[in-house]
Amino acid sequence: MTGATGADQPETTVIRRAGEHALLVETGALEVSHRLDALLRADRPAGVTEIVPGPATVLVVAPGADPLRLRSLLSLLARAACAPGAETSVPERTVTVPVVYDGADLAEVAALTGLTPQEVVDRHTRRELVAGWLGFAPGFAYLTGLDPVLHVPRLSTPRTSVPAGAVAIAGPYSAVYPAASPGGWRLLGRSPLPVWDATADPPAVLTPGTRVRFRAVPG
Amino acid sequence: MIEVLASGPYATVQDLGRPGYGHLGVPRSGAADAPSLRLANRLVGNPEGAAGIELTFGGCHLGFSAGAWVAVTGAPCPVELLVPGSAPRRLPGPAGPRPDPGAEHLRNTRAGMCAPFWVPAGGRVRLGTPTAGLRTYLAVRGGVDVPPVLGSRSTDSLSGLGPAPLAPGRLLPVGPALTLPQITVDAAPPRPVTSRVLRVLPGPRDDWFAPGATAALCAGPYEVSQDSNRVGVRLRGAALERVRGGELPSEGVVAGALQVPPDGQPIVFLADHPPTGGYPVIAVLTPADLPRAAQLRPGDTVRFRL
Repeated sequence: MTGATGADQPETTVIRRAGEHALLVETGALEVSHRLDALLRADRPAGVTEIVPGPATVLVVAPGADPLRLRSLLSLLARAACAPGAETSVPERTVTVPVVYDGADLAEVAALTGLTPQEVVDRHTRRELVAGWLGFAPGFAYLTGLDPVLHVPRLSTPRTSVPAGAVAIAGPYSAVYPAASPGGWRLLGRSPLPVWDATADPPAVLTPGTRVRFRAVPG
Repeated sequence: MIEVLASGPYATVQDLGRPGYGHLGVPRSGAADAPSLRLANRLVGNPEGAAGIELTFGGCHLGFSAGAWVAVTGAPCPVELLVPGSAPRRLPGPAGPRPDPGAEHLRNTRAGMCAPFWVPAGGRVRLGTPTAGLRTYLAVRGGVDVPPVLGSRSTDSLSGLGPAPLAPGRLLPVGPALTLPQITVDAAPPRPVTSRVLRVLPGPRDDWFAPGATAALCAGPYEVSQDSNRVGVRLRGAALERVRGGELPSEGVVAGALQVPPDGQPIVFLADHPPTGGYPVIAVLTPADLPRAAQLRPGDTVRFRL
């Protein structure tokens, strides 16, 4: 991941129009997206109904807002989010995800990476990951910061059903499947920790910016 | 209680959806043509956000165990009201399920679009195939009172949140109407629900396309494909050529966005669209034209205008 807190940031933030009711702020980096997201949630501007961070953007939907005022406010906040030292302003949340490493693709991932299955587990549990953004399904977080040795391609033929709680990797990401769904990621194991509960507040456990640690547990 | 006797091709419970959960991967969902649902609710004295029924291509048949005010809006279709005839010695109906009175005991009267009408206990409402447009809305005074999920009773066809689509035999509870304001509107003026010309604002990713791509989009026409649904209207027409290669990092998208996959054929995102997407958005519909897009039928042709 590239740090964007230095002098390489442009003077003015690019803010694109996404229809009459939304603005798309170019942050250039995930950490900046998270900081801008946190600033907006801490003091939500009037009329804003959705704040959706992405790896290099934050979408702000505001049907009731004055677009010019919102644009200048977002420009200010984006600059604050880029400023050196801004990271201290974001409250950090860490979630430990227990995993039974008995996934159907563990042996194949070991073969693809030239590691033993135990080494795959070690590399998956050693680093702290960060929930980058959510998509694909409610509660499905793209976890960034995966050990580059574990970057493996998706399955060429996705499974028609992956169970809820499956812990998987694909490309530079890891994920915990929040519910049973089709899926093309490689399964390393399963977690007893539910990451989605529609009756909870918030319903997703792995919200953007959450730090995530996997821990091997016996099956 | 409303009993679903026939659902038609596809019918769901919809309110105004689940805004505010996009960052958790939750689509907004809600009525695809929200102004039509709001109107139906106003006509029966409901708050605009009460849950109603969204029909796709009409064809729905509903039985009412208790009397209720009902209004039908959106894609105009024949509305039949079947009321129990003056069969001898019928007691005033209690507000609970009763034995099926049988169609032979029902008197067929006509009801109209965009006007509240009273359905007596034991009555039925039958909606035909729309003459124009795609989605018809039925509101009942008190609202459809299925349990909410994340603050909404909407069926989200993409994520599966909310109640299952309607099927014959399904019973839908109706919420209390006692505290609602009186019905004050006799009828709303009919208005066209769809349009063959939809206005767009360019961006946010029009710079990913060849210089003439926005002009090509507006030159049209585009035909609505069969595989359109509540997620999006898939279009077939001039391919929109990209100049930037590579992948766009996943980013938040809005309803009404015209997302362009690698084949160059745009998809207009509707209510159940994924909250983030990885294909560039060349333009976004104006808010007024989003519900009109939701009323396009497969086979319709449409043009875009800046």
